[in-house]
Amino acid sequence: MSKIRRDYENSLWRKLVRFVYGENDSFHEKAGYDIEHPETEKRKEETFFEEVDYTKKKKESDKFFAKYSAIAEKRGEKVYNHFYKFLAAITCFSIIMILLVTVAKLPSFGNPDNPVNNEVSERYIEQGLEETGAVNIVAGMILDYRAFDTLGESHVLFIACVCVMILLRLDKETNDPEKLKALENDRDFEPKNEAILQHAAKILVPVIILFGIYIVLNGHISPGGGFAGGAIIGSGLILYLNAFGFKKTEMFFTTKTFSVVSVSSLLFYSLSKTYSFFTGANDLHSIIGPGTPGAILSAGLILPLNIAVGAVVACTMYGFYALFRKGGI
Amino acid sequence: MLEFLSGLNDKPFEAVAIILFGIGFTTLFLHPNLIKKIMGLNIMDTAVYLFLAAKGFIYGRKAPIVVDGVTSMEAYINPIPSGLVLTGIVVSVSVTAVMLALTVRLYRRYHTLDIDEILKIIRKEGN
Amino acid sequence: MDFIKNFPFFSIIICLVSGVLTSVLKKKAARYLTYTALFVLFVLSSLVLFYTIQTGDYYVYRMGHYFAPWGNEIRIGVLEGIFAVFFCIVMLLSIVAGEKHIDEDVESTKINLYYTLICLMMSSLLALTYTNDLFTAYVFIEINTITAACLVSVSGTGRSLYASTKYMIMSLLGSGLVLIGITLLYDVTGHLLLSNIHDSVETIMATGEYAAPMTIIIALITIGLSIKSALFPFHSWLPDAHTASTISSSAILSGLVLKGYIIVLIKFFYRSIGWENVLKTGINDVIFVFGIMAMIVASLFAIVQKDIKRMVAYSSVAQIGYIFMGLGIGNEIGVIAAIFQIFAHGVTKSMIFISIRGFKDVSEHSTRFDGIKGAALRNKVSGVAFAAGAFSMVGIPFLPGFVSKLNFAAAAGDFGGTKMIIILVALAFSTILNCIYFFNALITLYTPVVMSEEEKAKRSVKSGALYIVTVVCFILVNVFVGTFSAQILDLIESGLKMFS
Repeated sequence: MSKIRRDYENSLWRKLVRFVYGENDSFHEKAGYDIEHPETEKRKEETFFEEVDYTKKKKESDKFFAKYSAIAEKRGEKVYNHFYKFLAAITCFSIIMILLVTVAKLPSFGNPDNPVNNEVSERYIEQGLEETGAVNIVAGMILDYRAFDTLGESHVLFIACVCVMILLRLDKETNDPEKLKALENDRDFEPKNEAILQHAAKILVPVIILFGIYIVLNGHISPGGGFAGGAIIGSGLILYLNAFGFKKTEMFFTTKTFSVVSVSSLLFYSLSKTYSFFTGANDLHSIIGPGTPGAILSAGLILPLNIAVGAVVACTMYGFYALFRKGGI
Repeated sequence: MLEFLSGLNDKPFEAVAIILFGIGFTTLFLHPNLIKKIMGLNIMDTAVYLFLAAKGFIYGRKAPIVVDGVTSMEAYINPIPSGLVLTGIVVSVSVTAVMLALTVRLYRRYHTLDIDEILKIIRKEGN
Repeated sequence: MDFIKNFPFFSIIICLVSGVLTSVLKKKAARYLTYTALFVLFVLSSLVLFYTIQTGDYYVYRMGHYFAPWGNEIRIGVLEGIFAVFFCIVMLLSIVAGEKHIDEDVESTKINLYYTLICLMMSSLLALTYTNDLFTAYVFIEINTITAACLVSVSGTGRSLYASTKYMIMSLLGSGLVLIGITLLYDVTGHLLLSNIHDSVETIMATGEYAAPMTIIIALITIGLSIKSALFPFHSWLPDAHTASTISSSAILSGLVLKGYIIVLIKFFYRSIGWENVLKTGINDVIFVFGIMAMIVASLFAIVQKDIKRMVAYSSVAQIGYIFMGLGIGNEIGVIAAIFQIFAHGVTKSMIFISIRGFKDVSEHSTRFDGIKGAALRNKVSGVAFAAGAFSMVGIPFLPGFVSKLNFAAAAGDFGGTKMIIILVALAFSTILNCIYFFNALITLYTPVVMSEEEKAKRSVKSGALYIVTVVCFILVNVFVGTFSAQILDLIESGLKMFS
């Protein structure tokens, strides 16, 4: 009987079955469930009629079951992961191929006769300077010709900041244990008083912020503008915060500063654009002219709008960082 | 096939942008790790900006900043895609911030970044 | 120019400004500012609607000093007017009805921020409705996405955070596809303004130079927008999002957010590609198939749910399937029916969600079917509202759901052929499934439960006068849409003519 079983266990078919079910031989030995060896066979036969502690056996079998089900689960996960990766590769490949076939039929690269180089860009380039007064044609385009997009865009930043605030701001009167724990762990946002960092920051921060202000103010006559300059100012503030900690930063930048600056600049943005849209749509004369192109005080509303955008972006960048770091501005 | 390859040959930047878009899209769609999903999102958006920037470019022309009062169409590249890229970048920054904030909250709550693990825990808690 | 033409632009700006202001106001001030702003919007939008009906033509409003292809513009016709009025009504009622529950579910220091989200979402919905520019639409789609995800996660429970993340991921996939689609479209047409794109598309279709990319572009934007509006295979985020969020958020999400994207899709089809060109590419047949699948599969899912909110969420997926099915039929009656279904589903589903909160209050915060047994008897107003909603969804006359089903059948009859048979069978089957799960819910809700005095005291919660008033308003709006459906359909038809 046992010989037949041994032969069966060693047969090719059984090996295949084992392979399919993922029963690994090394596991077998560890689990104690294996082909019965002829030496142990006899001993087992002797003890066959002895009293058996069933509860103990049951526990053992439970353990055994748990071990095997865990193996099966792991296997399943492995198969699932492989399938997942396969699916991902297929999706990726098919999307890329479909789009590549599309791209192959698109207008060629760098060709001046492409459909995108039409009367729209022609007017922006040829008359942008006298109509908007901005030397930087892109600034003139986004803040004057297509100002409605940019109005929405600055509100996207604002709404993202509000969302992060809702998700991460830790208010004092909170009862949520998870948040209280996060509040307790304030070691993360205390300054470590690194001498090198502080000295470097002392020199760098004013330069960075000045550079940011320069970029904001020159948005209409050189590359840059509110978004770029605002991001630079924001990074300067973040560097200062990292070097000196929240206590020192809060001497000049508190929640109140944040809300006053960002809200007033957004309101200014909305209201000034309301004026310009209103006069534009109703064919009224706008008191804001383009000025002399190239001068710093020129290009009508573009300079104040750039300042407003820069303020919003700087506040938002700093606000994101502060909210992520300590859950408050 | 030959037509396809020659079609891609004169648009190398667009082709690369599309490949990056596919990679980013798949990562955002199918990767279980939330942080990598956000990376995928950013790769996807950046690919679109590369695509747009490539669309604005014209051989032999300069960036659209008026120099010496020359305002002729032949001197500058197309300014519109640059403006669109600017808008797109801001949108992508905002979306990334919101996603990261959600990830921070989920990590605080469930102590894992794997979205499948989180689903498992939620199912366990639900019962 | 008539001063009234400025109103659509004013309403967008009012939303943006009040959204920014509420972020620094105290809780109560923010609330009243939002209510006032929404009410003003309602008045302005109604005036614009009457104006467009009277003039009988659309008008284009320039955003700035520059004419069409150079500057931005918004375009207002009858259809946009109706959409705006509908958005204002549903938003106002959903917010007011959920007032008490916003206080409960949102942290007290962040309630004003909730209203900021509401205001900005409203502005994005209005901008999506009015805008005539594809890239502006993209920017406002993103505002809509962010605000909607945050509205889901606002209660801060683990489940809602998970739902919000899932929603965000799916939405961002959709946005990515829309963005690359817009980019490709810009590449082949050279325009971003819908009307100018239309002219270029006509020449492209005539010469056939970029015909293959055109099909891919239409497919990309359609798939992107249908992911965002939870068409069947992409619906998985919707039930989670609805179950986890606070009640006003669920109502707004189901009634408005999903509809905003569909409006953009209709606008894209009609105004920039041209309906005939869409029909030529055959995209509408794909939408049609998925719409039919959504109608049936989602209803089957709804039957097996054990939670009433999840059940209603799956019913939303099915109703979205109706809208896409209507768009996919390919004739004008089908599109009109789909647009009517947008209104019908919007007013009905938000009412159902509001009424579910009433049941939750009197059932110890349970929304599972075993928990809410007899809840309609304990909270009679919610019971009536839910019953009205269920009847509307099933298709009882004088309620909006009936009219939209009738319209779909009429559209099918008008189209004829195999599609007619498929539509009629799917409509009948889905109505039966609707009956099964809604009547099942109604029976559970109206089954009397024997309770001890103690339990009774625990389970009887007074819903405020404001809640009752808004629920009654919701029922009245529903009955109005149902009874005056003929006039509304006429308006939609005339609006659709000036839409393209």
